[in-house]
Amino acid sequence: MLFNRLSRLGSSIVKELPRERHFSMRGMRILQRSYGQYLQSSESEHHPCQYHEMVKPFIGYVMLNDNISSAINRERERNNDLALAQTNLVTCPMPQRQTRSFHEAFFSSNHHMFSASYSTASEKGGEETEKINVIFVDKDGEEIHVKVPIGMNILEAAHENDIELEGACEGSLACSTCHVIVMDTEYYNKLEEPTDEENDMLDLAFGLTETSRLGCQVIAKPELDGVRLAIPSATRNFAVDGFVPKPH
Amino acid sequence: MSRRYLARYLVSRYFSSSVSSRPLHVCIVGSGPAGFYTADKLLKAHEGARIDIIDRLPTPFGLVRSGVAPDHPETKIAINQFSRVAQHERCSFYGNVKLGSDLLLSELRDLYHVVVLAHGAESDKDLGIPGETLSGIYSAREFVWWYNGHPDYSSLKPDLKSSDTAVILGQGNVALDVARILLRPTTELASTDIARHALSALEESSIRKVFLVGRRGPVQAALTAKELREVLGIKNMHIRIKETDLSVTPADEVEMKNSRIRKRIYELLSKAAAAAGTSESDPDQRELHFVFFRQPDRFLESNERKGHVSGVNLEKTILESAGSGKQLAVGTGEFEDLNCSLVLKAIGYKSVPINGLPFDHKKGVVPNVRGRVVSQTLESLSQTEPGLYVCGWLKRGPVGIIATNLYCAEETVGSISEDIEEGVFKSSKEGSKGLMQLLEKREVKKVDYSGWEKIDAKEKQMGTERNKPREKLVTWEDLLAAAAAN
Repeated sequence: MLFNRLSRLGSSIVKELPRERHFSMRGMRILQRSYGQYLQSSESEHHPCQYHEMVKPFIGYVMLNDNISSAINRERERNNDLALAQTNLVTCPMPQRQTRSFHEAFFSSNHHMFSASYSTASEKGGEETEKINVIFVDKDGEEIHVKVPIGMNILEAAHENDIELEGACEGSLACSTCHVIVMDTEYYNKLEEPTDEENDMLDLAFGLTETSRLGCQVIAKPELDGVRLAIPSATRNFAVDGFVPKPH
Repeated sequence: MSRRYLARYLVSRYFSSSVSSRPLHVCIVGSGPAGFYTADKLLKAHEGARIDIIDRLPTPFGLVRSGVAPDHPETKIAINQFSRVAQHERCSFYGNVKLGSDLLLSELRDLYHVVVLAHGAESDKDLGIPGETLSGIYSAREFVWWYNGHPDYSSLKPDLKSSDTAVILGQGNVALDVARILLRPTTELASTDIARHALSALEESSIRKVFLVGRRGPVQAALTAKELREVLGIKNMHIRIKETDLSVTPADEVEMKNSRIRKRIYELLSKAAAAAGTSESDPDQRELHFVFFRQPDRFLESNERKGHVSGVNLEKTILESAGSGKQLAVGTGEFEDLNCSLVLKAIGYKSVPINGLPFDHKKGVVPNVRGRVVSQTLESLSQTEPGLYVCGWLKRGPVGIIATNLYCAEETVGSISEDIEEGVFKSSKEGSKGLMQLLEKREVKKVDYSGWEKIDAKEKQMGTERNKPREKLVTWEDLLAAAAAN
C-alpha cells in the first residue's frame, strides 16, 4: 500500500524534476511537506512516523522502480549518510550547464536509484552521522535549538526545522536572503573565510554585521557545536535579548 | 482605569488568536517580490488571511520576469518560492487586472479589509536636458523590457545598426545589465530566455563600444561587486578605465572607510584599469569604457538623420562635499562631445501615481509610515489611511535588490498585524467573491494561476525547441490566448 502511494508520489516527482534547472532544495522541501501532509491525512496503518522520518530526506532522489520497498529497508540504516550526501549535492552552487548535465546523467536511466554522491557516502558504512547543536535566534528573540548533521548547510538545517530563513536563490550565491549573524565572535572565527562570491552577496545583506555570513555557505562541523545564529529582522529589537550586533 | 486597561488587554490577547483566524480579506496590487513576500508573511502570520494578488500583466513575478537579465538565471530562482505562495490554498493570483481601468482603488477598499499596494515603479527619472526626445534615446527600463519580452515593449525596435557606439548614462547594475546584453556574444545569449526579437536584433547589431557615463567617480559608482566582477570576466570584452579617474581624495577615503562595498568596488575597478593596459587590439573586439566625472548637458541631433541622436555633450565635473560624508557632482564649465547612435538612460526608475492615492512627487513614493499610507501630515503628526498599505519600491523608492523586499514586507506586515490586534478591521467584507463579481460584470479577462501555468508550459515547450529555458510570448494577444487555451 505504501509502495503504491510512494510510486504515485515518485512519478509526480519525476515529472517535476526535469523542469528545474537547478536541483531545487526548496523543491525537495515542498515534496517533504506535501508527503508529510499526505501521510497525516491518510488513514492507512502503514504510516508510522518512522517511515516518514526515514523517507523524508531521500524522497527527492527516489526513482521509480519496483524495488522501492526493499530499497527503503536498505536505506533505513543509511538514513544519515544520505542526508550527508544530499547536502553535498545541494550546497555546491553549480553553474547552470553543469547542473543540467549532472541532472540528465542522474535521471537518464529508469533503473538509476541513487545519486553518485550518495554512493560514495555509503562507502562509509552504516555509522551514525554526528550532529551538532545549533541555536537559531529568530526575529522575536526566541531561541530554537536544533540538531544539525555534520556536512549540512545552515540554510537547509533551518528549512528542515521549519525555521523562517528565506533562501530565494536556493544556495546559488545569487542573493543574500539566508543571511545569518553569528552571535559569538569565537564561533565566527572558526568558520572558513568567505569567498569573493559570498562577500559580494554579503555586501548587500540587510543589517550586515562584522560576524555576518550566508547560511547556505556555513557547513556544520564539530567545532561549531553550540553556535548561536541570529536571523536579521526589520522589526526586531536587538536589545531585548542583550545582543547588539556591530554594524558593518 | 488601569484595571480596565489590564482587563481589556487580557481579553484582547485571548481573542487575538481567534481574531486572527476570522477571515481577513486582503488584496495585494502587484505580483513582484514585494507583493509575494507580503503575501507569504501574511499567510504565515494570520490563519484567517485570504489573499488575492492582482497584476495588470497576465504573467506574475514583476521584475523577476521582466527585469532580471536573461544571463542571470540563478536570480530568477526566487520564482519557485513565489509560485508556492500563489498556489497556497488561501491565496489566489489574478493577472490582466488593472487598477485604475478595470477597477478603482475605492472599490478595492470596499471589498477588502486590507489593500497593499506593491506595484513598483513603471516610469523613469528624466534628465530634463535639451534633445531628450530625439529618437535613439531610451530609458534603460524600456530597453530591458524590450529584451525581456515585456508585452508593452516588444515593438520598440531600437536602432542597433547606425554606428558602433552606445552611451549609457548611469553606472548602476541596470546600466551594467544593458551594457552586457549589448556586448555579450550573441551565441551566449542564444541559450537564455532573451526575447526572440531582441536576439535577432542583437545578432545584426553593429554596437561594439559601450560607454558607461557617471557624473561622479569610481568610489561613488552605484554598481555592485558581483556584477562588476562578472563584466570584468567576460572574455573578448575589453575594459577601459582612465588611470587619472582613479585618484582618490580624502573625502573619498572617508566614504570607503564607511562602506565596505564602496571600498571593494574601487579595488576591483583599480585592478581592472591596471589589467586593461595589457590587452591587445582586435578589429571586432568589444569595449566597455567607464567614463567618470561627466554629466550630460544636452543631446546632439544628427545632420544626416533629422530627429535622431548623434551624440551627447558632456560637462566635466568635480566633487563637492554636501555634508555628512556625501559628495555631489558640480559642473566645471568644460565640455566635450561623445558620438553615438544609441543612448540609454539608466538613472533610476520612478513610480506612477494612481488616482485617489496620496503621492509624494518629489520622492516619487507613496507617503507612508512603516508601510501605512499617510493621508496627510499636520505638524509632524501623520494621519494614516485605515486598511491601506504599501510595500516595495512604491514605499521605499526604486532602490535595493529582490531581498530588500523581504524586510520591507516584514515591516508592512508588522504594521498590518498591529492594526489587526487594535481591532481596526471589524466590519465584514466580501473579499474575493466581490472581486469576481465585479470583474465579471466588467468583462475583464482575468488570468488566474492555472492560466499562468498554461503560458509557462507553452513558453517552456517553445524553448526546448530552441535550446532555451523558455521562449517568451511577447504580445498581449499571444499571452491571453495561451492562458485561455484548453
